[in-house]
Amino acid sequence: MSKNKSEYLIERTNNIYEVVIGLEVHAQVTSNSKLFSSSSTKFGAEPNTQVSLVDAAFPGMLPVINEFCVKQAIKTGIGLRAKINKRSVFDRKNYFYADLPQGYQISQFKYPIVGEGTVILDMPDGQKEIGIERLHLEQDAGKSIHDMDPQNTLVDLNRSGVALMEIVSKPDLRTLEEVSTYIKKLRSIMRYLGTCDGNMQEGSLRADVNVSVRLKDSKELGTRCEIKNVNSIKFMQMAIDYEANRQVDLIEDGKIIDQETRLFDIRKNETRSMRSKEDAHDYRYFPDPDLLPLEVSDEFINELKSTIPELPDDKKKRFIEEFKLSAYEATILVSDIEISKYFEEVISKMGKNQDIKLAVNWITGELFAVLNNKNLEIAESPISAENLAKLVNLIKNGTISGKIAKTIFELMIDGDRDPQKIVEEKGLKQESDPKALEALIDKIINDNREKAIEYKQGKEKLFGFFVGQAMKASGGKANPQLINEILKKKL
Amino acid sequence: MSIDLKTIKHISKLSRISVDEQKAEKLAEDLSSIFEFIEKLNQLNTDKVEPLTSVAETSLKFRSDEVKSKNIREQIIKNSPEDNKDFFVVPKVVE
Amino acid sequence: MSEITNQSLTSLAQNIKDKKLSSEEITKAFIERSEKSKELNTYISEDFSNAIDKAKKFDQNPNLNLKLPGIPIAVKDLFCTQNVRTTAGSKILENFIPTYESTVTQNIWDEGAILLGKLNCDEFAMGSSNETSFYGNVQNPIDKGLVPGGSSGGSAAALSGKLTPITIGTDTGGSIRQPASFTGTVGLKPTYGSCSRYGIVAFASSLDQAGPMAQNVKDCALLQEVISTYDKKDSTSIDFKRNEFSKELTKDIKGKKIGIPKEYRVDGMPKEIEELWQKGIQYVKDCGAEIIDISLPNTSYALPTYYIVAPAEASSNLARYDGVKYGFRAKGENLIDMYEKTRSEGFGAEVQRRIMIGTYVLSSGYYDAYYLKAQKVRKLIKNDFDEAYKKVDAILTPSTPSSAFKIGEKKDDPVSMYLNDIFTVPVNLAGLPAISIPAGHDASGYPLGLQIIGKAFKEQEILNIAYAMEDKINFKNNITDWWIK
Repeated sequence: MSKNKSEYLIERTNNIYEVVIGLEVHAQVTSNSKLFSSSSTKFGAEPNTQVSLVDAAFPGMLPVINEFCVKQAIKTGIGLRAKINKRSVFDRKNYFYADLPQGYQISQFKYPIVGEGTVILDMPDGQKEIGIERLHLEQDAGKSIHDMDPQNTLVDLNRSGVALMEIVSKPDLRTLEEVSTYIKKLRSIMRYLGTCDGNMQEGSLRADVNVSVRLKDSKELGTRCEIKNVNSIKFMQMAIDYEANRQVDLIEDGKIIDQETRLFDIRKNETRSMRSKEDAHDYRYFPDPDLLPLEVSDEFINELKSTIPELPDDKKKRFIEEFKLSAYEATILVSDIEISKYFEEVISKMGKNQDIKLAVNWITGELFAVLNNKNLEIAESPISAENLAKLVNLIKNGTISGKIAKTIFELMIDGDRDPQKIVEEKGLKQESDPKALEALIDKIINDNREKAIEYKQGKEKLFGFFVGQAMKASGGKANPQLINEILKKKL
Repeated sequence: MSIDLKTIKHISKLSRISVDEQKAEKLAEDLSSIFEFIEKLNQLNTDKVEPLTSVAETSLKFRSDEVKSKNIREQIIKNSPEDNKDFFVVPKVVE
Repeated sequence: MSEITNQSLTSLAQNIKDKKLSSEEITKAFIERSEKSKELNTYISEDFSNAIDKAKKFDQNPNLNLKLPGIPIAVKDLFCTQNVRTTAGSKILENFIPTYESTVTQNIWDEGAILLGKLNCDEFAMGSSNETSFYGNVQNPIDKGLVPGGSSGGSAAALSGKLTPITIGTDTGGSIRQPASFTGTVGLKPTYGSCSRYGIVAFASSLDQAGPMAQNVKDCALLQEVISTYDKKDSTSIDFKRNEFSKELTKDIKGKKIGIPKEYRVDGMPKEIEELWQKGIQYVKDCGAEIIDISLPNTSYALPTYYIVAPAEASSNLARYDGVKYGFRAKGENLIDMYEKTRSEGFGAEVQRRIMIGTYVLSSGYYDAYYLKAQKVRKLIKNDFDEAYKKVDAILTPSTPSSAFKIGEKKDDPVSMYLNDIFTVPVNLAGLPAISIPAGHDASGYPLGLQIIGKAFKEQEILNIAYAMEDKINFKNNITDWWIK
C-alpha cells in the first residue's frame, strides 16, 4: 500500500486501485433552542430533561421552525461559497427506531436550503478544490443507551430535534490526508461563522463516509458503501482504510460489492454490514404537510451576507500580503479563528517597530508547545496576547536575549505574568554596556592567557570557548552580539 | 391493479404491522379493490401540472431562538408503558 | 328539565346572562339526559362530576361577558384535553392522558364553556359511519340501528340527541358535514388554516380542520367565532382577519351568485337527493340570489386523489404510535417484534388498511405514479374551484349521495363506504370552507343535508346563505327519544 502525500493507492499483484471518498458531515447548528421546538440544546443535561411535547412526538404536537437555525444554515452556505436556495422544502424521512419518536425525521430531500459550493484544501503539494453537493437542515435523533440495563435499551431524547446541517461533499476526496484536511477546514469555516462549535467529543460534528474503489486511471465510479456515523478524524481514516482494502479484496476475488450501509467497529477496527438486505430501507420521503415551503428573500440573504466575517481563505491571503508571512505560516495561523484572533491581537499590542516573524515563531513554537502539553485551546492560553507581545518586543529591542526570553516565558505561564516585571524583579536585563563588557572580557583573557595565544596562532575553534566564558560570567545576560564584536577586537 | 401477498408482506414490514396469512389475504383483496378505484387517475394527463402539497398559500413563519420549554421529564415519561423515571424503555436493541 | 336540553346555544347563553338559568342547572340537565342515553354510545369518556364542579364555580362568580358562559359541551375525542383521557377512538391510546390542551378546546374553555366529556368517533377519524371506533358503534338518534355518519359520529349523535347543546368535530374528507347531514344538524368545515390543528390527533395534516356543529346556523356561527384563531403553534395556521360571525350574520343574500356544478349529478344518486337539491335551488332563488350553472370538471377524480393523499399522510402521522412513549404496548421479543405486535393489536382493521395504502403509495417505485400524481390532480381540483369562483360567490350541492345507512351495511366494502364522501372530499382537497345544513327528509323520514361551499376565508358568506336558507327550509328533526326508557 502506498501512502505518500498526494496519492493513496492500493496495490495488488496485477492491479493498482484508487480510493474515492465522499463525506456527509452532520454538523450541529449552534443555537439556543431546537430546530422545531423551544427546548434547550445544551450539552450534558440529565436524561430527558430537555424534551418538549413536540420532541417526544405527543399526539397533536406540531413543528414550528427556529429562524436562527435557518440563518445559521444560510451563513454556512455563504461560507462554502454555495448557492443559497430561496425556496426549500422540508420532507419526512420515514423509519422506525427507538430514538426517533415521530417515526420520521424532518429533513430536506428534494429541495435543500443550500446548493452547490466549494471548499479549498491547502495540501502540502498545493491547493485542491472539493465540491460541495448540498447542505440541508434536519433534526437530530435521540440517543439509545444499550449498556446501562442488561435487559433493555434506554432512550434519552435530549438530542431529539436538535438542528443539524448535513453537508454533502462530492466524491472528490482521494487520500486520508485530504479527508482530515477537509474535516478540519469545514470545522474551521463553521467556527469562524459561529454556526457550529465543531466539538467532535460532544458529537457536534460527525460524518457518514462513502467509500468506493476503482482501477487507477479509470473514470467510472465503483459501487460505494456508506460507513455510518463516524465521530473522529482518526476513526474516519481507519474506517476508510479498512473499507477500501475490503472492497479491493472483493474485486480481486471476483466478487461483487453490495451497495450498503456499514458500521465501523472501533474495537475490532473493521466495518461490518448494518442491515440485512431483505430489510432494506425505503424512507418514503414526502413533503412534510405540517410545514409549508421555507422561503427567504434576497434582502434576508443579503443581510446575512453583511454579517459574514473574514473567512480563513481571505484571511490567509491578507496575512501573506499584510504581514509578509509564508503560505505555510499563514495556513497555520488561520486554521482556527481563535488562533488568528490571538495572532492579530499580539500584532496590535506590539505597536510600532514590530517583529512579526519573531511573534509568529513564538506563537507557533513555544506557545503551541505549552498548549499541547497542557491540552488547552488557544482561547484558554495561560499567556495573554498582550504579555506575549511584550515579550517579543523585549527581545526585539535588545532588552533580553532569546535565551533569557525562554526562561521568562516559563515564568510567565504561571498566572500570565508581565515579562517586563519579571525582567526587573530577577534582574534579567541584557548587559549591553560596551564598557562593562570590555572589563569582563579583559578579565577572561587575562585568566586564560595560554588559550588566547593558541587562538592567535590559528586555533580559531577557541573563539567559542571565550564566548561561552563571557556569557557564563555575565549570568547569561550579556548581549551576544556585543560579546562577539569585543572579543574579535581584543583577541 | 391487483396487490399480491408479497407486496402486502413488504408494506406490512415497512409499516411495522405484523400480518399473518389470513390477514394478508384479506388485505390483498381490500387493497386490490381500492387500487382499482384509484387507477381512475391514470385517465388524466398531468404532465404539465405542478403538484399541490398544501393549500395554505403562505410561506413558513419563523419562531425566535428562545428556550421556553422547561424540564418536564415527569410529564413526558408519565404516559410511557414501562416504569422508569428517567428514560423511555424498549426491548434490548443489538446493533 | 327536558326543556333545557331542547334549547339552542343562543337561548341557553341568553338565559344565563338573564340569570334565568344557572350553569349548574344546565350542566346537570345535559348530564342527566346523557346518563339516560347510554344506548347511543356517544361518550368514550365522561367527565361529569368535574363538569358539575366547574359549573358551580362558574355560578359563584359568573363572567357574563363571555361567549359561552357556563355552557357545558362534549367534544370529539380527537381533541387532546388536559388531564382527561384522549383516545382518538383507538385502542392504541386507550390509557393516554394528555398533559396539554388543544388550541381549539382551550379557546372554548376561555369563553366560559365546560367540558362534559369526550365523544366517540371513528378510529383516528378514519371512517364514515363511526363503525371503526374501538369503543363500539354509535346509534343515530334518528332511528335504532342507523349509523350517525363519521368520523364525528359521536359528536353528531350527541348533538342531535340533545346530550350537548353544541359540539366540535374534525373534518378531513367530510367528517363534520356527512354526520351533520345524517343527523339533521348543522356542521361547518372551515377554510384550511382557520382553526389551529395544535393538540388535535392528526389524521391527514394537509386536510384536517376542526369545526363547529350545532342545532342551527346562528349557534354554528357563534362557535366558529370562538374556535377560529391564528395560532403560532401551528405552522399552517393562517393569519387573516376573522369576522365576528354571529354578529355579522344576515339573511340578506340578495344578488349573491350561487353556482350549481353539473358534475355533482352522479350516476345512481337517489331521486330524493336530486329533488332536495332542486328544492335548495328554489330556496336560494326565493332569497333573491342568482343561480348560475358551473362546471367542476375534475370532481370525479377527487375521491381517488383523497384516497392517496390522506392515507399517505396518515401512514406517517401514525408512525409515532409505536408503544414507546405512550399508549398501548404489546410484549415483543425484540424492538421490531414489539413494534409490529403493538401496531397490529393496537390499530383496528380500517386504520391498518389505510396505513398500508399510504405506505404503498409513498414507497420506492410508486411515489410518482401515485403520490405525486395525486398531488397534481389535487392542483387541478383546486383550479376548478378557482375558475368557478370567478363567476360565483358560493356553490350549492347535496352534502351526501344518500341518507344515513344501517349499521353493518357497508362495513365490509371499503370502496362503497368511501363513496359516501364523494361530495365532501373535493372541498378538503381545495382547502375551502363548506357548511352542511339539514334541508329535508327521505322516504323513511331520515334527514338529508345540503352543502354550501364558499371561497377560502369566506365563512361569513356561506353562514349567511345557510342562515337565509334555514329560514325558508324550516327543518324539523323527527327524534322520538326511542333510546330513553
